[in-house]
Amino acid sequence: MPEKVTLLSVYRFLPQTNCGECGEPNCMAFASKLLERKFTPENCPPLKKPKYKEQMAKLIELIAPPIKEVTIGTGNSIVKIGGKEVMYRHELTYHNPTAIAIDVSDTMDDGKIVETCKAIETISLVRIGETLKLNMVAVRCASKDPDRFSYVTSLVARSCNLPLILCSFDPKNLKAALEKGQVANKRPLLYAASEENWREVSELAKQYDCPVVIFAPNNLTLLKSLIKTLQAIGIRDIVMDPGSYTEGKLLKDSINNLVMIRRAAIQRGDKDLSYPIMAVPAIVWMGEKQDPITASYKEAYIASLFMNRYADLLIMHTLEIWALLPVLTLRQNIYTDPRKPVSVEPGLRAIGKPDEKSPVFLTTNFALTYFTVANDLESAGINCYLLVLNTEGLAVEVSVAGGQFNSSNVKDLFLSSGVEKMVKHNKLIIPGMAARLKGEIEDSTNWEVIVGPRDSSQIKGFLTKYWA
Amino acid sequence: MAIFFGDDYEEKEEAKALIKSLAKLIEKLGDLEIENVEIRAEELTFILQPMVGVMAQAPQLLPKVEKAIETLLKTEFSPPIETYPGQIAEVQIGATRSDGGSRKKVVRIGGEKTMPFYSFEALNPNRLAFAMDVFDMPVVLAKSVKQHFEDVMHDPADWAKRCVEDFGAEIISLNLISTDPLIKDTSAKDAAKTVERVLQAVDVPLIIGGSGNKAKDPFVLEAAAEVASGERCILNSANIDNDYKRIARAAKKYGHIVVAFTPMDINNQKKLNRLLLDEGLSKEQIIIDPTTAALGYGLDYTLSLMERIKLAGLLGDSDLQMPILASTSNSWGAREAWMKSEEWGPREYRGPLWETVTTITAMMAGGDLFMLSHPATVRVIKGLMENLYGEVDTDQRIQDWITDIGM
Ligand code: SF4
Repeated sequence: MPEKVTLLSVYRFLPQTNCGECGEPNCMAFASKLLERKFTPENCPPLKKPKYKEQMAKLIELIAPPIKEVTIGTGNSIVKIGGKEVMYRHELTYHNPTAIAIDVSDTMDDGKIVETCKAIETISLVRIGETLKLNMVAVRCASKDPDRFSYVTSLVARSCNLPLILCSFDPKNLKAALEKGQVANKRPLLYAASEENWREVSELAKQYDCPVVIFAPNNLTLLKSLIKTLQAIGIRDIVMDPGSYTEGKLLKDSINNLVMIRRAAIQRGDKDLSYPIMAVPAIVWMGEKQDPITASYKEAYIASLFMNRYADLLIMHTLEIWALLPVLTLRQNIYTDPRKPVSVEPGLRAIGKPDEKSPVFLTTNFALTYFTVANDLESAGINCYLLVLNTEGLAVEVSVAGGQFNSSNVKDLFLSSGVEKMVKHNKLIIPGMAARLKGEIEDSTNWEVIVGPRDSSQIKGFLTKYWA
Repeated sequence: MAIFFGDDYEEKEEAKALIKSLAKLIEKLGDLEIENVEIRAEELTFILQPMVGVMAQAPQLLPKVEKAIETLLKTEFSPPIETYPGQIAEVQIGATRSDGGSRKKVVRIGGEKTMPFYSFEALNPNRLAFAMDVFDMPVVLAKSVKQHFEDVMHDPADWAKRCVEDFGAEIISLNLISTDPLIKDTSAKDAAKTVERVLQAVDVPLIIGGSGNKAKDPFVLEAAAEVASGERCILNSANIDNDYKRIARAAKKYGHIVVAFTPMDINNQKKLNRLLLDEGLSKEQIIIDPTTAALGYGLDYTLSLMERIKLAGLLGDSDLQMPILASTSNSWGAREAWMKSEEWGPREYRGPLWETVTTITAMMAGGDLFMLSHPATVRVIKGLMENLYGEVDTDQRIQDWITDIGM
């Protein structure tokens, strides 16, 4: 069983000179930052001196998370996957959100390839102040032609600045891409070493210092054997693909495999399985021509299923935004720090240039609700006041049901915000989903309460009707 | 000054030496302070906190001489199986003629011995179950949901029939929202009539929900419980701050099940469960609703709460050993599910997918009973379940996926 790391056990490998070069006042402070993962051992310059070589190595081992962190790409184009420490997210924040790659086939024509790469790179959605994006491109050798594959690899590398996954089970294709595809020094992820090709693929991984995927569909003994072998050859950056079956009984097996692998690594300390896991929801697109809507729908929920069961990297195929949006949103949800409520400061906000006749709206301090409402008011050009109620970071519906959204809280907010002095009327617009609190809020504040729309996107139309 | 270094620190001698050097350090730097790091007990506990869960790893020992390897190194994998001291209670929803009701089939949920779909270590005895939402008056629904029910929305009995006969609902979740004093203020007695009509129209078990009005719901549910006597319906819901006693008494007297609803708070959930147990309900008569938030709107809280509750139950906390209800149709509150938007693509697909992904997440986290709105979600989730229970044979081959994905 793995043992717990203590502050002291980390401290003892530091130089203990308190020189302050790391920017911390002393080594003990540095040690605590190491444990919070705000620093890595490299952030202590003296530790990099030759005389500390052994201590450095020991420290790195000591604080390594049970799941190795693997870096794909170089420079400003990198993705880190793995680095996980727990089985359940309430135990500690998950690190390194699941990376999402979209595939590009080398059988597409050049124009389409460039277009797809641009699309992958530009898709972005802003939610709760965070930009959600796709992370990688998986170049597939479907042509079975090494020359074409290496040409397309370099075309993709020139068309976007995302880290790459090179996909072929035939080592000569991977070799061609590494030799002539102008990605040799970019540390692409090699997909994949299998029972048949591991000798050649591991040779390439070593020669070009690339992270490599081990593919062992629904066979965990084989997966372990391959990993043991590659470790012995000297390969350190491994990603595991235990096979992403998307149908029938085999889907059940795939889900079980993911749980078994992660549990073996985290709870049983199995070093052979302590690597990031990947899955390929794009597999739903295999075979006869697929209906693009059905396949995108299925791919999205299969991706969600794998993401809910530890996938650190996904290769997907769809570029339909309606299918990617829920997957990207789920990733944001799963990787939010469970110890921090997603909330904003309660209080009174001025939107635009309100005056004493401007309407007053009420909303909650759940960050997403607040940003959505504020954004809708702003983009509709409404000058108004927005009262932000402390609902402990819960959304309107939930906090009305749960009682955090209540009339005495509203009364307190009235007093603390001084809203009564800001306007010359006494009308408050509350969210449609809080309609049932109308009477209570009227009693507690002595203001007239107007029930607003259920969604703030409809505020503009609402105002023209109800606000003279 | 007390210094705690955790009990699991074994190399005591070394520790002593270190404490000494620490002490020296403290001396040198004056007082009990190393600048920003005061070594006071509370502070140190604070510093130590982030370490919980940070596991050490034995050195990754790679053979020093990396010689050419010709054949695969042999090894064994044995499934890391755990057994849990606790088990989730089994709840029977609905009653057939033979046990005092009139349903054609009952639905059993709960009884878990392990986390959902960990079938490598244990088989949970019951399938997850799915209910569809019906309201006792026409309501505002997302367009893509509404189109399937528009013609039956004026009649809850027809609406329920549509769900059962056309969309395969296993349970009907009847929401008596018109009882809300701010909506129609339908009396408890009239609401109970609606319950009777729905019970006659369909032969599946029922979840009976109030309007969310804390003062009135207990009376509405009590009246509904009486007319549905013996049917083993689910009364939705008892809260810490409503007259949960009235609801619990009605459930006991007329043979029903009670939903214990709390807004995202595991401690209050425990408290409410215990209050209901104290009222004389058995674990087999309680279902937990820890609040289901939609994808993107707090689903992260829901997911972690459900996992914590399920794990606690499996580990033996008898106050949390009841099955979990997930109101995943709440997904339709998310604007991503219903709002027209160029940027997000067609809502006809986006909406049901939003509900599907919310439901899958709750399924994987420990939900037992789900409320759904869109027929497509019901169909997709049922198909997925059959796969996850290993009931569907397949000869899917994925070895050639790299070359065989269509464009
Ligand atoms: S740089 Fe290293 S030696 Fe210097 S104070 Fe920081 S941790 Fe200690």
